[in-house]
Amino acid sequence: MRAGQKLGLILLLTPLLLWLSLLIIIPHIDLFLLSLRERVGVRQYETGLANYRTILTEPLYMVTFARTAMMSVLATILTLLIAFPVSYYIAKLVRGRARSVLFLMCLVPFWVSELVRTFGWMILLRESGVISGLLQWTGLAAGPVEMLYNDAAMMVGLVYTSMLFMVVPLVTTLDSLDDAVIEAGYDLGGSGPSILREIVIPHAMPGIVSGSIVVFMLSLGNYLTPTMLGGKDSLWFTQMIYSQFIVRFNWELGAAFGFMLLILSSLIVWAVLRLTGQTLEKTMG
Amino acid sequence: MIPTIPQNPLVRVVYGAYVVLFFVYLALPLTVVAVFAFNDSQFPSLPWEGFTLGWFFGSEPPMIGVVHEGPILRAIGTSVIIGLAVSALSVAVGTTNAFLFNRYQFRGRGLLYVLMLLPLVIPGIVLGISILVFSSTLANAAWEVAEIDIQALRPGLVLVILGQFSFVTTIATLVIAARLQKFDRTLEEAALNLGATHLTAVRTITLPYLAPAMIGAFVVSFLMSFENFNTTLMLVGSDSPLTIAMFDRLKLGSTPLLNAVSLLLMLGSSLLALVMIAFQRKS
Repeated sequence: MRAGQKLGLILLLTPLLLWLSLLIIIPHIDLFLLSLRERVGVRQYETGLANYRTILTEPLYMVTFARTAMMSVLATILTLLIAFPVSYYIAKLVRGRARSVLFLMCLVPFWVSELVRTFGWMILLRESGVISGLLQWTGLAAGPVEMLYNDAAMMVGLVYTSMLFMVVPLVTTLDSLDDAVIEAGYDLGGSGPSILREIVIPHAMPGIVSGSIVVFMLSLGNYLTPTMLGGKDSLWFTQMIYSQFIVRFNWELGAAFGFMLLILSSLIVWAVLRLTGQTLEKTMG
Repeated sequence: MIPTIPQNPLVRVVYGAYVVLFFVYLALPLTVVAVFAFNDSQFPSLPWEGFTLGWFFGSEPPMIGVVHEGPILRAIGTSVIIGLAVSALSVAVGTTNAFLFNRYQFRGRGLLYVLMLLPLVIPGIVLGISILVFSSTLANAAWEVAEIDIQALRPGLVLVILGQFSFVTTIATLVIAARLQKFDRTLEEAALNLGATHLTAVRTITLPYLAPAMIGAFVVSFLMSFENFNTTLMLVGSDSPLTIAMFDRLKLGSTPLLNAVSLLLMLGSSLLALVMIAFQRKS
């Protein structure tokens, strides 16, 4: 490597390394160290696993943790099931201008903030809301119906808010599937379901994986939707992190919560990548 | 199921209906938010009390419109400042990252690339608290060592900008790297053959070629910053950006003022996106 090139490499490496070390790596190490700190007296600390022990032995924390994980998995599966037919329709069944318009229509709702989208669902679902009003008007319900503040409302919001991140990778991968391959499948005697299983889904796998990972991450880390649409019992793990940090000012325990969330999400991302034989570079990069 | 293969008409109709239903589902929440911005009532809900523009231009209580609502206008200003700063930083670092991964083979390149992608799979709230913890560690250390109180390291504008920058940069890098990958390097070599220095070649040939991607990355970064909630929530100080300000109001109960702000947001981001698409098409 010539001297000039070496200088160029160093100059280009500096911002990357500063960014990654100061804003990503060191803060996470610091977070981990904080989570290992236990308060034994006023301004007196010891290193230990007490915070993690507290989490493991307190049923409310563990239940919330498991619930958040399960609900996120459910939201991911629902999003995939809803998005797949639509993505296939856009990628394979419409052509030209109609196609770009449909694709654009999928993107539009996500140019506005999640807050606005959640607000929209509140207006629709609440007791004095549009759907309740519609039900009364048609006579399907005798009085106002409260549809907000429960798990179903929260699920609707979670699926809605992550839809884009499933549709875009699915359309992109399905688009690269040659029609001739599907025709060949029919010529060889395949039926609709068998072609879907043998050709379409394997081909779309990278899109399915990257979409699912992103949707899962977004659901797991979501704070707004569970807070605004979920009920008193639909506690979300991020809400516990928030309350430890901002309300109770118990940063040590909050840091342990945060680290558990990070581990859970990394584990699931890793497991999905392993199971499907994909890599992070291929699905995200 | 593709157009060239004949299909049972019933299946086709059901499939079409499903797709229509999907788009209704997508459009519904935004439509009601927009419509109720014009409701002449104190609540963004039924019954419909008549059409008004009061929630945009009203100047007297109980109907103070967006244009006369100081806190909301200030929050929009804060969001714009944060967005511009985050976008500028992210595009700058994203460009250097793109060049680094495109032009250099070095030990640890693969590892660094994975690390570069990592912010995409870290929950935003964890990213927020880790930066909050680290900055307060630094601030406390500065206080203990030299009795200096570094305000920038306490929750506030600077931390919000750094927090958003920490993950928006990954997006900017990917957008810019995608275009750099398609660049024909012989163009640069031609410039070198004609006597240009390396830097001149990059400045006059490569960067103009990259410009659409850089502008695209700037707009995407701005929108992501403007919309960000999770990371911002953990790092915000006394001057809230718009999403946080709206969240605080929404918790107290909503008036159609929030619908009016939301509608303006929708128009603003659509406009921005259209400008970007038009620009992309032209180049």
